[in-house]
Amino acid sequence: MARGTRQDDVEARFIEAHHRLFGPGLNGEPGFLHNLRQKAIGRFGSMGFPSKKDEAWKYTSLRGILRTPLAVAPDCTAPPPSVRAIHGLDAHIGVFVNGRLHAGLSVLASLPAGVTIAGLGDAPPALVAAHLARQADFRGHAFVALNTAFLSDGAFVHVPDGTVLDKPVHLIHVISGRAPTLAQPRTLVIAGTGAQVNLIDTISADLAAPSLVNSVTEVFVAAGARVARFEVQDPAAHVSLVTALSAYQLQDSHFQNNSFTFGGQVVRNNIAMLPDAAGCETLLHGLFIARGRAHVDNHTLVDHAKPDCYSAENYRGILDDRATGVFNGKVLVRQDAQRINAYQSNKSIVLSNTARMFAKPELEIYADDVKCSHGATTGQLDAEALFYLRARGLTMPQARTLMLQAFARDIVDKVPIEPLRSVLDERIAAILAR
Amino acid sequence: MTPILQINSLKASVNGMPILKGVDLTVNTGELHAIMGPNGSGKSTLAAVLAGREDYEVDAGSILYQGADLLEMEVDERAREGLFLAFQYPVELPGVSMMNFLKTAVNSVREHRGLRPLGAAALLRLAREKAALIHLDSRLKKRSVNEGFSGGEKKRNEIFQLAMLEPRLAILDETDSGLDIDALRNVADGVNGLRTNDRAFVVITHYQRLLDYIIPDFVHVMYDGCIVMSGGKELALELEARGYDWISENGVPA
Ligand SMILES: Nc1ncnc2c1ncn2[C@@H]1O[C@H](COP(=O)(O)OP(=O)(O)OP(=O)(O)O)[C@@H](O)[C@H]1O
Ligand SMILES: [Mg+2]
Repeated sequence: MARGTRQDDVEARFIEAHHRLFGPGLNGEPGFLHNLRQKAIGRFGSMGFPSKKDEAWKYTSLRGILRTPLAVAPDCTAPPPSVRAIHGLDAHIGVFVNGRLHAGLSVLASLPAGVTIAGLGDAPPALVAAHLARQADFRGHAFVALNTAFLSDGAFVHVPDGTVLDKPVHLIHVISGRAPTLAQPRTLVIAGTGAQVNLIDTISADLAAPSLVNSVTEVFVAAGARVARFEVQDPAAHVSLVTALSAYQLQDSHFQNNSFTFGGQVVRNNIAMLPDAAGCETLLHGLFIARGRAHVDNHTLVDHAKPDCYSAENYRGILDDRATGVFNGKVLVRQDAQRINAYQSNKSIVLSNTARMFAKPELEIYADDVKCSHGATTGQLDAEALFYLRARGLTMPQARTLMLQAFARDIVDKVPIEPLRSVLDERIAAILAR
Repeated sequence: MTPILQINSLKASVNGMPILKGVDLTVNTGELHAIMGPNGSGKSTLAAVLAGREDYEVDAGSILYQGADLLEMEVDERAREGLFLAFQYPVELPGVSMMNFLKTAVNSVREHRGLRPLGAAALLRLAREKAALIHLDSRLKKRSVNEGFSGGEKKRNEIFQLAMLEPRLAILDETDSGLDIDALRNVADGVNGLRTNDRAFVVITHYQRLLDYIIPDFVHVMYDGCIVMSGGKELALELEARGYDWISENGVPA
């Protein structure tokens, strides 16, 4: 890839920072982590950040924030800001401050035997070595490579074979910084055979200056396991967010991801699902509300490599002001993946004529016995419905809010955890009332 | 007896096509007026203009509602001032729960009247009471507004909302169409229960049958955008017997 000097400067800053931090040697860490970082920075150097010329980044640019000199070293000396747990939620809570487990803020007392919530550094090395950087592709994605190149700690969750967690696990990544910061949370989740877990993922950020959060989450879902993940993205308007979520599924397993994006400047979610055995179920749900100049881009890939699987995607977006939204949903059905059912739906409501939505389904099908469908609609609120509500005494803003809440409800109602659903409802109501 | 609605020489059009061609109608508090007339004569258009639907252009004439210029008021302002339209085709609102909808509507009307907003429990009590009045299946209150409701359930739901919102002037646009005999009685009982000295009704219908249950004070015939004939409740019987051809042959003004 040919790149101009300016762009090279941007990458060079990260490469130099990497050298300063990790150049000298092993520091007593496992050799494999050191090797992984070296490989990743090498890949990052040769790939460079994507540009608008890359088809997958046609609409989304992080140039602005990447040109800002960003501090990459975790600022561990800063006292953690107040951590907001979800009101009324009874959960196992792992709080990670700048990537490290904070025992004092975490709530892990009632964790069943055999279940681990820990920092990656304290996790069983064999498990880490077997799964870390296996799902998230640092060879093909510059942001994953960058995260992997600076990897030294992160969140680790292991639910062993046959263990069903009644309470959800809530991972809170606390990030703070005065100067422009690059924060790179890393999460590895392993669900053993027949294990079940609901996972809530939130970031509690206190970033004073324009910053970038570049997170990577890897999930391994063993045979018959069920993992449901709920991510709430609500950073300040001067914080950009790039996330990578990669899940690998074995026979008859279930994985679902539910993402809610309410804040941020530029948000790009890269979701890659690999149901790599028969009988898998993969559900991807997303809701975003973008206002001001916010830009929210959801890129999903479901790679159906094996037969008899089901996947369904349902994404909804509300755009106002000068916001832009992107949905790119790729479904790949490989030659041997017969009898696949894959559904995709993307609906957006555009409230102003300066907001824009780009929706692109991509179905690539090489098997012959498959059922795939997709539908994308972008429109305004239904005028008849607004009139009906106003004819009952609701003001225009009240009528709009009620209808937008109804539009969002489809996604919110997929959350089976009541306290989380309430928090989402309240947050959505508050945003829409502005 | 004070006039609640005074329509004078009202002309209205859609997309430049004249539909109402000079409507005069005065409704006093405590009265119930029925408007009949053939398909396409402009009955729903009149209802829509009263409710404030934007696609209808008022070209001439005036409407006074409780003495004020109705045409100057926004749709929701009219509703909060006590004007209620029971829709001929109620709109489905997927994802909008009945209770949340009722709460917002009832409280915005109450607030306008200087009353305290109702809390969840009080609202539920009120809803239960009013639903019983018109025999609305209580399970419908747990669903999204009109979503998947049968034709008859939608119509009952309109009258249920009428009962909840306690308007000053209610306009019912063919609320009886599509109702079975029991539902018709229930709706009529509901309306009769709401007839008071300080409230007025305008009931648009094609069927004399409804007027056996809801006895009108006046019956008007709308024909090609004008009210061409007015009378007492016996006019409905006459129309039933003779059909609208009788109107076109007799007494349609040029
Ligand atoms: N939005 C519109 N666009 C075009 N024409 C319209 C519109 N609304 C009403 N019309 C026309 O105006 C005329 C009167 O319609 P309206 O619905 O008021 O009749 P109605 O008396 O209520 O009839 P019905 O008894 O069938 O309900 C009809 O010819 C109709 O086609
Ligand atoms: Mg009509």
